[in-house]
Amino acid sequence: MTQRVLVLLGTKKGVFILESDVSRRDWDLRGPFCETWPIQHAVGDPRNGTIYAGGGSEWFGPAVWKSTDLGETWTHAREGLVNEAGAVPIKTVWSLAVRDETLYVGVEPAGLFRSDDQGATFTHVEGLQKHPSRPEWNPGGAGLILHSIVPARDDPEQLWIGISAAGVFHTADGGRTWEPRNRGTRADFMPEGQKYPEFGQCVHSLVMAANSGRLYQQNHCGMYRSDDGGRGWASIESGLPSSFGFPAAAHPHDANTLYLMPLNGDTKGRFMPEAKAAVWKTTDGGETWRDLRQGLPQTSAYFGVLRQAMATDTLARAGVYFGTTSGSVYASADEGDTWTCIAQDLPMISSVETLVVESGGAGE
Amino acid sequence: MTSGPSTIDVRLPPLLLHMFPTAPSRLSLEASDVASMIDALDQRWPGMADCIRDSRPAIRRHINVFVDGQRAKLETPLRSGTDVFILTAISGG
Repeated sequence: MTQRVLVLLGTKKGVFILESDVSRRDWDLRGPFCETWPIQHAVGDPRNGTIYAGGGSEWFGPAVWKSTDLGETWTHAREGLVNEAGAVPIKTVWSLAVRDETLYVGVEPAGLFRSDDQGATFTHVEGLQKHPSRPEWNPGGAGLILHSIVPARDDPEQLWIGISAAGVFHTADGGRTWEPRNRGTRADFMPEGQKYPEFGQCVHSLVMAANSGRLYQQNHCGMYRSDDGGRGWASIESGLPSSFGFPAAAHPHDANTLYLMPLNGDTKGRFMPEAKAAVWKTTDGGETWRDLRQGLPQTSAYFGVLRQAMATDTLARAGVYFGTTSGSVYASADEGDTWTCIAQDLPMISSVETLVVESGGAGE
Repeated sequence: MTSGPSTIDVRLPPLLLHMFPTAPSRLSLEASDVASMIDALDQRWPGMADCIRDSRPAIRRHINVFVDGQRAKLETPLRSGTDVFILTAISGG
């Protein structure tokens, strides 16, 4: 069976799609799609190859776009994707996650919606808005955004979300009630004695490791691992060039392998340390780190990589991909050992996700 | 102030037509105010109302509705023969 690898790019000017065969050497670029809307996140449903893209137009507000033919044609929907009258309107869709028949949608200002009809209509998961901490949530630099959605693999009622800057929250009852899960993560921007609050941390991205319930987190203030569903977090930042970055990408098959892209700090321009690009990889759950640079620019790398802009694919020898704020996409077909620039001069890249499909279009 | 639906002449902006390809750039509608005009548009092209009006509810920040040459609000009344222009404001980046 012939497989194709798609790299889905959410950009400031629409969705672009890069496509290759399993060798992942030569890539074709298509786009822009979605009427060049700012798209924060584009994801694929691996079961059927459907692509969803979430964003918001300055003119027309938020919507979820959908393609069932790998990007050839698109529809848009937003029925139910609204806050109650009088509340601050939804500005944009920030994050998407597919779990079986459910599409989860995270929005700004922070809220969670779900669609149980393949993105045609949406229902507000209101329990999150009713959490007692809600009045105290403060926006991060990108706004009060729900940017990470991590469904449990074996329990449809369980979900973790990341909100900047409210922290990680978990539900065990399908979203009716939520519990902050931030113990052990720092908030360096708080006064002495208050740096480990129950909530209010500036989580930047949250991912689940392969074949386990382990969670990894890139925070404004450090990198962390949790082996108990987020009840407690352990720092894994030792050995990295800084404690600051945005994306995290879990290996598709090995729970101990994680990729990060630390930046030079939150007050120094937020670009590659010393303007030399590197992906950092651990194969032991964050105990040790190795920098991967072969093929990446080692001079004048004054770009950043945003929180949803790094991903792995699902092939046996995993591919790793990231997109930059300067519109380049780098890919590795050998788990990060070597890298190639597979697209450049695109709009600012907000998100990178992958989709492996059979020739007929169904996902892997 | 309004006594019932009036027949009005509505122009839609090109960007909105991209979102709703079956909608014409100009059409006649029955509506008594801007809010009911938006509802009438949504009846014909579901989803169009949310593109023009947010959930507060109010006309979206970067959408302008002009009634007889004046910038309008949702409650602005419409008389028969009124010209309504829905326009996208300068925006983007």
